[in-house]
Amino acid sequence: MYKYDDYDQAIVDERVEQFRDQTRRFISGDLSDDEFRPLRLMNGLYIQTHAPMLRVAIPYGLLSSKQLRMLAHISRKYDKGFGHFSTRQNIQFNWPALETVPDILADLATVEMHAIQTSGNCIRNTTSDQFAGVAKDELEDPRPYCEIIRQWSTFHPEFSFLPRKFKIAVSGAEGDRAAAMVHDIGLYLVSNDKGEVGFTVFVGGGLGRTPYIGKCIRDFLEKKYLLSYIEAILRVYNRFGRRDNIYKARIKILVNDVGQEEFGKQVEAEWEHIKEGVLKLEQKEIDYAKSFFTSPIYDDVAADDNSFNEVKNSNDAFSNWAKRNLYPHKIPGYHAVVISLKAPGIAPGDATGEQMDSIANLSDQYSFGEIIVTHDQNLVLPHVKQGDLFLLWQALDVQNLATSNIGLLTDMICCPGLDFCSLANAGSIPIAKQINEKFDDMDYLHDIGDLKIKMSGCVNACGHHHVGHIGILGVDKKGEEFYQLTLGGSSENDASLGDRLGPAIAKTEVANVIGKLLDVYVKLRKEDERFLETYRRVGIKPFKDNVYASN
Amino acid sequence: MRVIKDRSIIDDDWSLIRNIESSAPIPEGDVILPFVFWQTNRDQLLKTKKSHAIWIDGSIETESLLDDIDSFSIIALDFPIFKDGRSYSHARLLRERYNYKGELRAVGDVLQDQLFFMERCGIDSFQIRDDKDIEQALNGLKGFSVRYQAAADDTIPISERRKFK
Ligand code: SF4
Repeated sequence: MYKYDDYDQAIVDERVEQFRDQTRRFISGDLSDDEFRPLRLMNGLYIQTHAPMLRVAIPYGLLSSKQLRMLAHISRKYDKGFGHFSTRQNIQFNWPALETVPDILADLATVEMHAIQTSGNCIRNTTSDQFAGVAKDELEDPRPYCEIIRQWSTFHPEFSFLPRKFKIAVSGAEGDRAAAMVHDIGLYLVSNDKGEVGFTVFVGGGLGRTPYIGKCIRDFLEKKYLLSYIEAILRVYNRFGRRDNIYKARIKILVNDVGQEEFGKQVEAEWEHIKEGVLKLEQKEIDYAKSFFTSPIYDDVAADDNSFNEVKNSNDAFSNWAKRNLYPHKIPGYHAVVISLKAPGIAPGDATGEQMDSIANLSDQYSFGEIIVTHDQNLVLPHVKQGDLFLLWQALDVQNLATSNIGLLTDMICCPGLDFCSLANAGSIPIAKQINEKFDDMDYLHDIGDLKIKMSGCVNACGHHHVGHIGILGVDKKGEEFYQLTLGGSSENDASLGDRLGPAIAKTEVANVIGKLLDVYVKLRKEDERFLETYRRVGIKPFKDNVYASN
Repeated sequence: MRVIKDRSIIDDDWSLIRNIESSAPIPEGDVILPFVFWQTNRDQLLKTKKSHAIWIDGSIETESLLDDIDSFSIIALDFPIFKDGRSYSHARLLRERYNYKGELRAVGDVLQDQLFFMERCGIDSFQIRDDKDIEQALNGLKGFSVRYQAAADDTIPISERRKFK
C-alpha cells in the first residue's frame, strides 16, 4: 500500500497545526460560525444533532493493521468506543469534542492518515473497487491512479471552493464494484484495440435529490492525460457550474443543462490548452505509484490444503459463512474474506474499538496486515489462505463478526439518519433493526439470495437508496416518519435508478412490506433468478398490487 | 487604505468602484472600475489616464479581457462570498494562459484562510475584509511548505521534486 514520503508527511503534519490554529481562533471568537464552517468541513468536521461528527479519510478504502489500531484507539479515547464505516469507504466518529479534534488529527498523522477534504465543496476521497488487486476480472489495479488523483486533488488551490462537493471513482475490472456510474467523474480502466490500457471517462452521475447515471464524454483517455483531463473537467465546472441554488450545483445539473455533447466539447477545448503541460504524467510517475501496490508474497501451495473443504462439509454454520462471505481471489488457494458489520441489532457499518483491534490482529495473522473498507459498509481481509479460513471464522465469531449475510437482505446499507444527522427526515437505523428482527431466519435469507437494500434518511441519499434493489427513503409527512420505497435500482455495470413503488408507507410497516415484495419474488422467480432480474423481467405491477391491494 | 501586496502590508491609493453607470463621467484619481464601464469608455480612458485598473466578477469570461490585457496595471477579482471560487480559475487563466504580468487583487470576502489558495493561483494583492485584522491575515500566506500541484506560483510538480529514487 502507499507509503508517505517526507512531502506527504509534511502536508498532513502542517495541516494538523493549521487546524489547531483555526479551532483556537473559532473557540476564542475570532472566527464566526460561518467562517469556521468551510474550514472545519474541509477537515471532515460536521456539527450535527448531538455533537460534532468527524469523518476520517480512508483513501480508496485501504487500511493497514496499524492504521486500524489507531482508529480503534481514537474510538476509545475520544469517542464512545465505536466508529461508523460509511458508504464512501471512510470512517466517521460521532461523538468527539470539538476541542479534541486537533489532537485526533495529530494522532492520525502518526499513521499517515488525515481528514482532509472528507467534506466541503471540494474534491473528496477518491473511491475504488473493494476487491482491487485481488479480483480475477481485473484489467489493472485502479489504486495507483486513485493515489495519483488523491495527491493532485489535495489542497488543490483552484478547486477548493467548487459549487458543490465532487466525487471521483475509479474501477479497474470488468465488474464495476466502485459504482463509478453514480459519481461526478467515473473512470473505467479499459484496453483499446491496440491493447493499450487507458480510461473511459464518465461525468455527471450522482444520487441525491436529482439522481443521474453518468454520461460518457471520452471513450479512451491515455493514462498520461489522466490529470490534465480531470483538471479540464473541474475547471469547466468551477467556472460554469451553478452557484445560485445549492440543489442545482452538482456537475450533473451542468452536464444535463448544457447537454452531454456540448459539455464534452467544452472539456476537450479546455484540455487542448493544458494536455501537454506539467500535468502530463510521465511513465516514471505512474510506475512510482504502482510500486506501492505490488502483490504480497503468496504461498504457492496454498491450494493444496484440503482441510477447508473437509470442515465445510462437516460444519453448516461455517459452510454458510463460506458461501456468502468469501470472494474469489486471483491466486488459487486464496480468498478475500468479507467481514460483516451487519450483525443483527447493530447499526450497519458500526464497529467497536475492540472489534477493530481484533480485525487488525487477524489481518496481521492471516492477510498481510491489509484491510479494505467496502461501499457496503463491511470490511475485507483481501488475502486469506483457504487453510486459515476456519481459524479465522472462529476468531471472528467470538467478536460477533461472523454473520454470514454478505449480499443478503440483512446486509443493508444505511445512513446515520435521524439518530445522528441533523438533516434527516426519518430514522434509518431503527428500520434496519426492524428488518433484522423480522428476517432472522438464516435459511430464508439464503433462499432469497442476493438482495441489496439501501436506505437514506432524507433526499440527500447518503444511503444510496436510488441504486438499491429495494431502496428506502425516509420522508416527513406532517411530522411523522414515512418511507418511500423504490425497486430495481443498481449501481453496477447495469446501473439503473429504482422505480417508485407507490405512496410512502408508515414506519411500522416497512419490514412487512418488504416481506410482501419478497413473496411476489418467490412466487414469480425462475430458477436462480435474483430479485433484481425477476423485477426487471416482470416489472413493478405485481409488486405494487401485492403491497397496496391488501391495504 | 491598507492592502497586502507581495506579502507585506502597504498603504494603497486605489479605490474600488463597483457600481457606476456606464454613461457616468469618468471618476477622478486612482480608481478600479468595473470592466463593463471600462469597455464602454475605453478610448477616453486610454486618453485621460496613465494607468488602468478593472474589476471583474465571477461570471465574466476571462477570454473577453484579452484585447486589452496589457493596458491594465491592476485586475481586481471579486469574491462576493468566500465560498464563490470562480475567481480562482480566472486568476490561473490570467496568469498561466494569458501571461498577465500586472497586479491581481482579491477583493470582497477576502479572509486569512483563503489567502494561501489565492496566492497559489497567482493573486498577489489582497484587500482583506474591513472588519478583519490585516496583520493577522498575513499568517494565512504561510500555508504549507510543500504542495502537490504546480500552479501559478510554482511550476514544478511534486513528481519532479521526488526524483523517484
Ligand atoms: S441521507 Fe440525509 S439523513 Fe441520511 S446521512 Fe445523508 S443527509 Fe443525513
